[in-house]
Amino acid sequence: MLLNQFLLLSAVLFCIGVYGVIVRRNGVLVLMSIELILNAVNINLVAFGTMTDAAIGQVFALFVIAVAAAEVGVGLAIVLLIYRNRQSIDIDELDELKG
Amino acid sequence: MLHHAWIIPALPALSFVLIIAFGKRMPGKGHFIGVPMVGLAFVLSLVTAGQWIARDTADNPIEALDDVSGECSKTPAMIESGELKIQEKKKSADADKESAAADSGTDRGTDRGTDRGTVELAAAAGAATPVAVTAEDGEPEEYTRPIVSCLGWYTSSTTDTNVHGDSAAATTPIQMTIGTQVDGQSVLMLLVVTLISLLVHIYSTDYVNGDRRYTHYFAFLSLFTASMLFFVLAENTLMMIVGWELVGVCSFALIGHWWEEKPNSDAALKAFLTNRVGDIGLLIGVITLYFGAGQTFNIVDINTLANQGQINQTLLLVSACCLITAVMSKSGQFILHTWLPDAMAGPTPVSALIHAATMVVAGIYLVARLYPVFYHGLQIEGSSVNLLAVIGSVTALFGALLGFVQKDIKKVLAYSTVSQLGFMVAALGVGAWTAALFHLFTHAFFKACLFLGAGSLSHACDHSFNMVDDMGGLRKIMPKTFATYMVGFLSLAGLFPLAGFWSKDEILAGTGGLNGDANGTYYFVLVMLLMAAFCTAAYMTRTVWYAFFGEYRGHGHPHESGPRITVPLIILATLGAVAGLANLPKKFWFGIEFGDAALAFEHIVEPVGVYFPGKAQNFTHAEFNGTLAVIASAAGLLGIGLTWAFYTGKLSFLEGLASRVKLARAGKTLLEEKYYLDHLYTDVIAGGTKGPIARGANWFNTNVLDGVVNGAGRTAVATGKWVYTKIDQGAVDGTVDRMASVTGATGGELRRFQTGRVQQYAAAFFAAAAVMAGIIVLMVGG
Repeated sequence: MLLNQFLLLSAVLFCIGVYGVIVRRNGVLVLMSIELILNAVNINLVAFGTMTDAAIGQVFALFVIAVAAAEVGVGLAIVLLIYRNRQSIDIDELDELKG
Repeated sequence: MLHHAWIIPALPALSFVLIIAFGKRMPGKGHFIGVPMVGLAFVLSLVTAGQWIARDTADNPIEALDDVSGECSKTPAMIESGELKIQEKKKSADADKESAAADSGTDRGTDRGTDRGTVELAAAAGAATPVAVTAEDGEPEEYTRPIVSCLGWYTSSTTDTNVHGDSAAATTPIQMTIGTQVDGQSVLMLLVVTLISLLVHIYSTDYVNGDRRYTHYFAFLSLFTASMLFFVLAENTLMMIVGWELVGVCSFALIGHWWEEKPNSDAALKAFLTNRVGDIGLLIGVITLYFGAGQTFNIVDINTLANQGQINQTLLLVSACCLITAVMSKSGQFILHTWLPDAMAGPTPVSALIHAATMVVAGIYLVARLYPVFYHGLQIEGSSVNLLAVIGSVTALFGALLGFVQKDIKKVLAYSTVSQLGFMVAALGVGAWTAALFHLFTHAFFKACLFLGAGSLSHACDHSFNMVDDMGGLRKIMPKTFATYMVGFLSLAGLFPLAGFWSKDEILAGTGGLNGDANGTYYFVLVMLLMAAFCTAAYMTRTVWYAFFGEYRGHGHPHESGPRITVPLIILATLGAVAGLANLPKKFWFGIEFGDAALAFEHIVEPVGVYFPGKAQNFTHAEFNGTLAVIASAAGLLGIGLTWAFYTGKLSFLEGLASRVKLARAGKTLLEEKYYLDHLYTDVIAGGTKGPIARGANWFNTNVLDGVVNGAGRTAVATGKWVYTKIDQGAVDGTVDRMASVTGATGGELRRFQTGRVQQYAAAFFAAAAVMAGIIVLMVGG
């Protein structure tokens, strides 16, 4: 079944994204990994939508892309400000919220 | 006025309120209210008496008891409805015997009353219809119709059952009423009380003039008059108790009028407390009668039922004995008389009004009011001794003896009052009802006259009552006082033709010692009373000697009192002289018959009817007895003569007798110590009880009460400590502390997870999401 390959692809993409989010120290790369996760989801949505002959999957995927663009905008702005304050974007150093 | 007699006590009561409210701001400081009000009450009493006399002569058959309104009294209604039936008796002796057997003693008089109708229970008598009773000779008997009007103020619910448990009465609610009973007896007392009160009011305007509590004095005189009239007019025994207590309070207040001096306030307290002893008897007696008569306080009811033999004789005896206790305290009977001489600490007009003429005869009045209770309870008829007669005659003699050793003229008169009250009680005890009330009537006048005379003497002699040291030879200086005092004295001594002669003689005849027509044969009473009459004459001669003869021994210059003092004296002396004419005997010495004038008092005052002992109860009236009158007069004259001879030095062998003969000395000491009764009360009874009681109370206090308190304290402390350590410190604080430390520890553990590193959070997040996803897959898909 064609759907399986899409789901497998999205699962792989998702895992790579999660790995990136957890492991990478560079804030920009963490954001990019998040994008990978989101796109894995998009693939799922489109795949399931195609399978059921409903346009709603693609509509949702477009919606996610739009929101993700806004999210990346905010995220990059945060990273930029972190850099301005610390001259670094290493998120390991950002542990002021430690209890 | 007969139906509106309540106005008479209301007037002095109003006067009391007005004097208390405005007296001090008025000219005259209060007597401008008191005198007219009491005067008006006297006039109204006169009107009432006139109406009563006019009414009483009518022939009234028995059903005319309808003057007693139904809401006041049940028994007359029961007579009408046939529950209590009046049955005419045949004159034949056989019929009498039959019915006596049939009645089986329910009515003791049945077999003796030969020609008078008797009253029987309907159940026993069968279907007899009520018929007007016919007297001997076939003439209709005059019945007294007491005029009772009343107002109910309390009605119980209808579910109460009476003591007999009979169904008719079970549905009748118990009613408490307030009202007046006007009959001969109360009319008599109305007259006596208002007249003497009026004279005492007038006398007081001079006598206590300038006193610092003048207004207060007049207020209480008014209140006393109101209370006494309330008592006199009382329609039920409950009201009598109220009046009885009210006069006691007024007596207390007036004895202690000059309370700044300790003996006066002590005397007031003594009077009040001694009276309380008797009041207990009064309460118990009234309550016993209340239940005995089927839950009624009404006097007519109680009397009728007692007279018909429908109250258990033992019950009557018990209540009579309880009421006698009350009489003993209020009317100064031996052994509770000790308060009366001490009560002379009050102002003299008060002594004349309260402690001679009116309040102290309340006891006599009470016995006379409830006479069937005593007559049947003590079985006076046909007997020769009973409690009432013994108390009365002992008081008469022993009180008279005490009069010999007093220096204070008022105390002599006080003991004289005690003695004369003894005469009245003895008269009631032997069944001489009319004689007792007649003596009450005459005694009120001449004794009030003597008291006011003594007051006049002291007014002249620097306010001293000590006749031995501060008086003497006053007959020339105070001729009016002397003359009136002499009239009172001779009347009291019982000399012909003054009032005391008639009333005393009637009492002596009533004892039945010499004549057979009395209710019993009371030899003991007769002997005691004759000796008392002798002593009375003697000690009164002594006061006359000390006060009016010899040389003046006091200080200053005595003078005759003003008209406001002498006029009441003259009025009282006149009445004391002529009051005896009210009850002249039918047959007198030398065959004189008084005709219509005879026994007027008896006809007006003595009740006749179902509520008073009559011929059916074998109740008789002793006739005048010539021999007895001679003996009594001789005793009086002998008393006067011997005393006179002693003081004029003709009996010199008697002088200093007390210092020479041991027995005489012992007797004198006994009298001077007043039979040691005061010692008995103060030292033995009061002292003997207060020591052990105090010790007992102390022991109880230290051991029991303190133990309880201390134990409670210690227990409380221990409990508190335990609660503090265990509950407060351990449980409450422990819980709070534990919660805090657990929270802290949890927080300490949890803070390790909060690293601040976003990626660790994300890792945890994804791990958790993975786990959740796994669970969902397992649950849904599995």
